[in-house]
Amino acid sequence: MNTLSMNFLPVMLVAALILANGSLADDEEQNIATLRGAPINVEVEPPKMADVENKDIKRARNYPMQPPTIPHKVRDYRVDLNSNKCLSCHSRKQTAQSQAPMISVTHYMDREGNFLADVSPRRYFCEQCHVVQTNAPALVESDFKDIDQLLREAQ
Amino acid sequence: MIEKMKRYWSTARRPSKHFSLGFLTLGGFAMGLFFWGAFNTAMEFTNTEAFCTGCHEMRNNVYEELQYTIHFSNRSGVRAKCSDCHVPHEWTDKIARKMQASKEVWGKIFGTINTREKFLEKRLHLAQNEWTRLKANDSLECRNCHDFDYMDFTKQSQRASNQHSTSLASGDKTCIDCHKGIAHELPDMSGVPGWDDGSNASPH
Repeated sequence: MNTLSMNFLPVMLVAALILANGSLADDEEQNIATLRGAPINVEVEPPKMADVENKDIKRARNYPMQPPTIPHKVRDYRVDLNSNKCLSCHSRKQTAQSQAPMISVTHYMDREGNFLADVSPRRYFCEQCHVVQTNAPALVESDFKDIDQLLREAQ
Repeated sequence: MIEKMKRYWSTARRPSKHFSLGFLTLGGFAMGLFFWGAFNTAMEFTNTEAFCTGCHEMRNNVYEELQYTIHFSNRSGVRAKCSDCHVPHEWTDKIARKMQASKEVWGKIFGTINTREKFLEKRLHLAQNEWTRLKANDSLECRNCHDFDYMDFTKQSQRASNQHSTSLASGDKTCIDCHKGIAHELPDMSGVPGWDDGSNASPH
């Protein structure tokens, strides 16, 4: 051993001790429930990106007030201060030409229920409520029952 | 001045004394080839992405915006560079467009859009130039790749095939009428036909 590493020996010992302690802590972390599914020092391969459903077929709503899901791709659809790609088909004025479903009349109301001339600013950002669906498997099981089923079961 | 011109003219008219006819014709032909090649090479260079993004006006605004769109990054790796959409491919049209571009050189020299703010202010005007051009030539630059004759409607989503088999097929609409802002961000679209930004609503 050369003199340089001799000088560093105490430092190395301390470092080794810290590392040993760290691995003990790692063992404890193994018992903590985590979504990561692997130790912190292992790079997990991310799940494959899911494809957006693009069938243009309306899906049933699970309850009457559910915002309908988007049945088509919306890649690169801009919704910002300058433009709103969704409204260029789904707004009241455009539906005759586009034959797309018009956004509900509630979108033309302010919070007091007064009708406005155009889409209410609080309803402007479509994807806050309306989302596309993908072919990804569900992460957790859903035990949601719609109202019809609940009523049937109550009888 | 006039005297000088006359002297040059008479020299040009006089038959050659030292050079043979063969040398002059073949030499002229060779030089012609050389100049033509050099001219076209130079013009091709101005069509490259390196040239377009050589100025920060393009690199930091429109080129950056292009990069997340489907014309830059997609599953098959076929991509469009600036000149594919913004410069006609036919020679005469290309020359005409290149001459128009001299105004863009002027803009570069005098810094017409040399800050982000100036660029955003001009964005509607710049976009309208392109929309007008594409509307006038029936979206020629789109159709260089997206040829209507070879579109398979059965491979398109229902929504797309409906639109393409009616409005586009009848010639009533052209690509740019619906596909604005597919490669760059859009300017304020209020007042642009077909766009609805809810700007008539009173703020609440």
